[in-house]
Amino acid sequence: MLRVVNLTKVYTTGFLRRRTVLAVDGINFAVQEGEIISLVGESGSGKTTTAQMILRFLPPTSGKVEFEGKDIWAFKTKKELKSYWRQVHGIFQDPYAAFNPMYKADRILYQVFNLMDSHISISDRRRLVREALEAMKLRPEEVMGRYPHQLSGGQRQRMMIARCYILKPKLIVADEPLSMVDASVRAGILKLFLELRDRYKTAVIFITHDLGLAYYMSQRILVMHRGKVVEEATPEEILSAPQHPYTRRLIEDIPLIVRKWVDI
Amino acid sequence: MNTLLVAKDVKAYYSSPKGFVRAVDGVTLDINPGDVVGVAGESGCGKSTLSNVLMMNVQPPLKFVGGKLILEGVGDLAVMERQKVKAQVWGKVIALVPQSALNALIPTRKVGAFIKDVLGYHLKLDARKASALAQRRFQELGLPVETLAKYPHQLSGGMRQRVVIAIATLLNPKLLIADEPTSALDVSTQKQVLKMFLHLKTEHIVRAIVFITHDIAILRQIATRIAIMYAGKVMEVGPMEAVIQRPVHPYTCSLIRSVLTPEPEVKERGLSHLAGDPPDLLQPPAGCRFHPRCPQSMAICTQEAPPVVGLGKDHFVSCYLVLEGCQC
Repeated sequence: MLRVVNLTKVYTTGFLRRRTVLAVDGINFAVQEGEIISLVGESGSGKTTTAQMILRFLPPTSGKVEFEGKDIWAFKTKKELKSYWRQVHGIFQDPYAAFNPMYKADRILYQVFNLMDSHISISDRRRLVREALEAMKLRPEEVMGRYPHQLSGGQRQRMMIARCYILKPKLIVADEPLSMVDASVRAGILKLFLELRDRYKTAVIFITHDLGLAYYMSQRILVMHRGKVVEEATPEEILSAPQHPYTRRLIEDIPLIVRKWVDI
Repeated sequence: MNTLLVAKDVKAYYSSPKGFVRAVDGVTLDINPGDVVGVAGESGCGKSTLSNVLMMNVQPPLKFVGGKLILEGVGDLAVMERQKVKAQVWGKVIALVPQSALNALIPTRKVGAFIKDVLGYHLKLDARKASALAQRRFQELGLPVETLAKYPHQLSGGMRQRVVIAIATLLNPKLLIADEPTSALDVSTQKQVLKMFLHLKTEHIVRAIVFITHDIAILRQIATRIAIMYAGKVMEVGPMEAVIQRPVHPYTCSLIRSVLTPEPEVKERGLSHLAGDPPDLLQPPAGCRFHPRCPQSMAICTQEAPPVVGLGKDHFVSCYLVLEGCQC
């Protein structure tokens, strides 16, 4: 469904003395319908840049992203672009930054109707928003009409996922969706992704530094290090037989709950 | 051995126009020499407030409402004057590494110069002695001595955090309180910082550590005891192994089972989650504060707060299910 071909991003900084940073270095992968994969790497590994290029927020320096066989940078009309953003949707790390603090929080749900082609009446919109909130296990009366600062991190992140529930995108790119969410509500949020996958065959790309999340959720894990995909395998393979030294170090250094470190 | 710090029924509230926010509401905690006490809880449970209250760093809008804080060899901090606590206790007996301590260094001052300021203030040491002391300590802790001649922006995040911890413990405090010291670091740097904490203890630079974090997996690696906080109260406290193997409070169970670590056991048993959000501490629920989210809540839980019950050595739980145990 989505194919990333030789994707490369070079950032240029400096005015007089130009310096270049190779953020993403020729990566290749593909995502099938209904598949959940994870891009795992530490900060600076290029994983967020990759997400931004897939979402068409950043133009790649070279290489391309193909969605259903079409290059996403070759779209000519606004309609094509709108349709792409309807089908490939992003969820971000800080659910606070996604909201405009001056407006009520539910505005973010009504805005998704702008991406839709067909006209939907106001009463239908209300009903759809309500249904989406209920599917997210949010009580509509607790979140509708409230301002973003009155909601908890978990509630805000659920509202972001509620957008996906209304839009039913084919692919969700979730960039660190749990990092601002408390432990006790994390599992509930992960369940929402699985429900979307089971019900609508939504594919998900998790972009995360958390190998635990990747191990728990995905069918395939891609480990990124310094802009390159250094390892690609199933969660079980990565954990039991990591190939790349970086993956091995990562696994050794993650604090576990069942086992204790021997070298501390 | 005497207990280093005894916190007894400590209450500290924030005053707000709408009333008191009961951030720390009746916390009892013993800290013994040799302990690494982990305080775990979610955002808004009062754990950061507790880190300040334990050293009596209480300033409006935070108000110390009641309880005792008995520090070995000093007395009850709660009744001492703030000036006296500041002069005699902070930095010398109890040191704090606050949240985002990464930013505690002054950007325009080299690390060595910053240390001279600190030691000059506390011990009236002259520059030469201060720099000798700093060099010796950095060597002891395995930090490169060249760091002293660098500005904070020249150091990596992990190095800055280690430098801040080294500075906080320059005066050999008996107790080090650290609030989320590793949450901004990637896992490999995090491990180095955790090693440094244990190193401080084995080198007898500090005698006990209170480590505040939301990440139980970290505590599993370094803590000897763990206290689980929820809505301003300690729900369960006990030896790390006992709590992790046989948690009693339903909140402890669900918190342990919500940890996402790459381990087959975790995937197999599945993650647990709680419905709803933590309560508003302006009007905490009556009875047990956890009852609105508790999967095993009973009629009595909504009316009366459960007593604190001792279970074997140093293991205390505040739950009516103490005899049955939680069912998860």
